[in-house]
Amino acid sequence: MGFADVSDKGLAGLEHNVLTGQLEKLVNWSRARSSWPATFGLACCAIEMMATGGSHYDLARYGMEVFRASPRQADVMIVAGRVSQKMAPVLRQIYDQMMEPKWVISMGVCASSGGMFNNYAIVQGVDQIVPVDVYAPGCPPGPETLLHAINTLHHSIETGELLSRRNANGGGAGITVEQRDGQGEPKLITLGAR
Amino acid sequence: MGYLEGFAVTFKKWGEGVTTREYRAGRKNRKGEISDKDTKRPKPERAHGRHVLNKYEDGMEKCIGCELCAGVCPANCIYVRGAENPVDDPKSPGERFGYVYEINYLRCIHCDLCVEACPTEAITESKLFEFSFTNRQDAIYTKDELLVGDDGKPQQMPWEDWRPGEDEMTSGWMRATAPSGKAEYLGVTGWSGELGYGVRAGDLPQDEKDAVSVTISTSDDHGHDGHDDGGHH
Repeated sequence: MGFADVSDKGLAGLEHNVLTGQLEKLVNWSRARSSWPATFGLACCAIEMMATGGSHYDLARYGMEVFRASPRQADVMIVAGRVSQKMAPVLRQIYDQMMEPKWVISMGVCASSGGMFNNYAIVQGVDQIVPVDVYAPGCPPGPETLLHAINTLHHSIETGELLSRRNANGGGAGITVEQRDGQGEPKLITLGAR
Repeated sequence: MGYLEGFAVTFKKWGEGVTTREYRAGRKNRKGEISDKDTKRPKPERAHGRHVLNKYEDGMEKCIGCELCAGVCPANCIYVRGAENPVDDPKSPGERFGYVYEINYLRCIHCDLCVEACPTEAITESKLFEFSFTNRQDAIYTKDELLVGDDGKPQQMPWEDWRPGEDEMTSGWMRATAPSGKAEYLGVTGWSGELGYGVRAGDLPQDEKDAVSVTISTSDDHGHDGHDDGGHH
């Protein structure tokens, strides 16, 4: 283990001993307990997201009550609602402006797969643009479904599964298509990757 | 002294207790226990949730592979392929059975139109709504996952949050008033059960519901009678 490994790969570059293992646990624990969401309510799912932040379900239990308007201060992007083709570059830019480590919850069927809006205007799944960590089904998902998704995400953050997956696919959505522009050899494009 | 009035609201609310329902999706704490406060909000009686594919009492599947549910689905989330029933080992009482049955829960909007379209009450909806996926493969439920077990209870996937007693409201198919059926069911909504599990008592007509607010007796007669001969098909 050298300094170069740590500077390149972060915590994953550490060779684990008892001390660093506990340190990584502590870091993951703190990440899971203060993951501030970025405001990205797009449609009716946003109403349920607000209900989740209300007093009955109380997102503040997880330290998530601050929906940041600035992506620089946010850790989790909850894509709540249908993403139109015009909104897609905006969404990707917001995602790019968020600080690492960052996570995405795709809330509702419209964000997850286009849902019943199977047409030219709606992106058929937000995971074509950004890497999605947890999908919450439902139209719209109730607050408890969103809480289930959030808990699933927190569990994955604490176990550190997600960061290793992001390293594997280069921050992309993990979808690779064959690009044919007629100019030359078809080349493989990984959607959502930088 | 206007601010004292504001504080009066604060202090009054102070004594009213906590409104928060600490739902934690069944996540265990550090000791490996699920908290007592981790409860769900009670759902309405006819809430729509994850589907179940039902069976008859003798273990035959109710689905006959007619694809009406797939045709009526507004989100195109159901994929059904029927096949001829094997003569020596029939899966359903009809000529055909549902060979492939898949529901994509990243498309399903839980509108219940498939349940209304189903001629054999094969597909019904449970009230389970608390589930989330970490990949797209989990979201596509195949027939193996949707079919009820031999006891008539739905299968519970690891990413779903079932609580005890919740599966009792799974089977059941809302039957509107059937003028051709028995006279005593006029204006009564019946629920039919599969395998004798999860049968609900029928709903009262609205004027009786307004008159009495107590719950009616939960005997099986509404559901089963309605199932046998009170139907509209």
